[in-house]
Amino acid sequence: MGKTIAEKIISSHAEQDSFEQGEIINVKVDFAFANDVTGPFAIKCFEDVGKEEVFDSEKIGFFLDHFMPSKDIKSATQSKFVKEFVERYGIKNFFHSGTGGIEHSLLPEKGFVKPGNLIVGADSHTTTAGALGAFAIGVGSTDLGIVMALGKTWMKVPKIIKIIYNGKLNPWISGKDLILYTISKIGVDGATYKVLEFSGEVIKNLSIASRFTICNMAAEAGAKSGIIEPDEETIRYLKGKCDNNYKMYKSDKDANYEKIIEYDVSNIEPQVAFPSSPENCRPISEVGDILIDQSVIGSCTNGRIEDLRIAASILKGRKAHLNVRLFIIPSTQEVYSQALKEGLIDIFIAANAIVSPPTCGPCIGGHMGVLADGERAISTTNRNFVGRMGHPNSEVFLSNPAIAAASAIIGKIVSPEEVN
Amino acid sequence: MISKGNIWKFGKNINTDVIMPARYINVSDPKELSLHCMEDIDSDFMKNISEGDIIVAEENFGCGSSREHAPVSIKAAGISCIIAKSFARIFYRNAINIGLPILEMDDFVDECTTGDIVRVDLLEGVVKDLTKNKTYKTTPFPRFIRDRDIVYAGGLKNYIKETGDL
Repeated sequence: MGKTIAEKIISSHAEQDSFEQGEIINVKVDFAFANDVTGPFAIKCFEDVGKEEVFDSEKIGFFLDHFMPSKDIKSATQSKFVKEFVERYGIKNFFHSGTGGIEHSLLPEKGFVKPGNLIVGADSHTTTAGALGAFAIGVGSTDLGIVMALGKTWMKVPKIIKIIYNGKLNPWISGKDLILYTISKIGVDGATYKVLEFSGEVIKNLSIASRFTICNMAAEAGAKSGIIEPDEETIRYLKGKCDNNYKMYKSDKDANYEKIIEYDVSNIEPQVAFPSSPENCRPISEVGDILIDQSVIGSCTNGRIEDLRIAASILKGRKAHLNVRLFIIPSTQEVYSQALKEGLIDIFIAANAIVSPPTCGPCIGGHMGVLADGERAISTTNRNFVGRMGHPNSEVFLSNPAIAAASAIIGKIVSPEEVN
Repeated sequence: MISKGNIWKFGKNINTDVIMPARYINVSDPKELSLHCMEDIDSDFMKNISEGDIIVAEENFGCGSSREHAPVSIKAAGISCIIAKSFARIFYRNAINIGLPILEMDDFVDECTTGDIVRVDLLEGVVKDLTKNKTYKTTPFPRFIRDRDIVYAGGLKNYIKETGDL
């Protein structure tokens, strides 16, 4: 019996030679990280355990992104707590404000994700890193505190679901639409405890940015991880970011999948997820008249330079509707800088958008664009749960950056075709 | 380990944003977090519950964000156990890791009603609805968790403190 890419990575990190699906095993961790929200609990756990040193100060990272720049005294205190820990234990990788960005974008950008790695992050969207052929799982803070102490974690060997996308994509269709479409089919618990392996000719032709988006939202189907076999495109992306010391695993033809699901995506339209679940999707032509108060383009899901280029191509020479607050959030400082060089920021400002520093901010209703009672937003983020972006009676609709940009101009949710 | 209390019943896909809204997770003190436990799905929850009460829910309880603040706030609120048809993966790990008892059951969840008084024997996997006078049996914690005594040690941290290793 062959193995899947995920199983090969788990094997190469397992403490034991052989194991079966469903078995609980211990695995070594190549990189572990937390943020300003999950970090403090993880640190307290690590310190309570009583180890004098972390397992490897170069294999741990802290990313202050959720409430960065600090929104109030309490969040500033949390960030200070993390900073002091980083100093006390000599942690080598610490990113915040001007050196930082949103963790899941910054992690690959800084070369912390290599194909074949096993990565553990105290954030559910850690799955993003699977786009480069790593096995990346989100955990809670206690798990991360123990990883910092021991360099390993326990895991239940997961079952694998293979998703194959066939066909040729319509204009405006991106990774966001593919993953929203998939979640609408399999449901928000469609992959609970399992790994989603994304494949097929469509994935082979997809940009790394779109692959990140797909693996990012594997979390919204409940998956332990999303993963894509690394290829030439992956190698091109990695060049200059990390060394060549990595392993490009592929799934065997006779590998053991719990399920193989094939989609012909030639005819799918851009997707919009209605409140209050990412599975609640409709094609853009069936959205109807949804007036919006806010449009958010950014986040670990869609804040990369490719996303900003798409938004700028629609916003160029146009203005956001007077009733709409348009927030554009480059996901890292490097993305911000690149957008400046390409003239995108000028386009955004001319369109009456506010360009925010890299932050998770509005995605979690934290700060930098919180919704009032009864307000609605179109957003390129990943969750539209009750109260996700602010007041419990506000509503979030999820989409790709093209729809979010076009909708900002018209003041209601529309296809980019309607402004082009 | 015995729990006894009133049950509070919720639907499916109860996510960690409604259990513990992100606007309150700028602190990590369990008691302070618990003041807002379940606020965005039931704003009177903290006013209504008593020490030892039990949360019951349908499928996929705790989906969404990995924030441990969610199970931590539930535990600090005094909830003694959560019984759901299924749990989201990270929430499941977090609950075990912090020593918050959870059970997966279908029949009991279908038949019970908010306000029922229930007695849960976690070691035996027996749930008795005292209001309806009906007894249900389920698998206690998965064997590995019992073997490793993680929940009974009061969570993964205490387990590692005692044993030094996984």
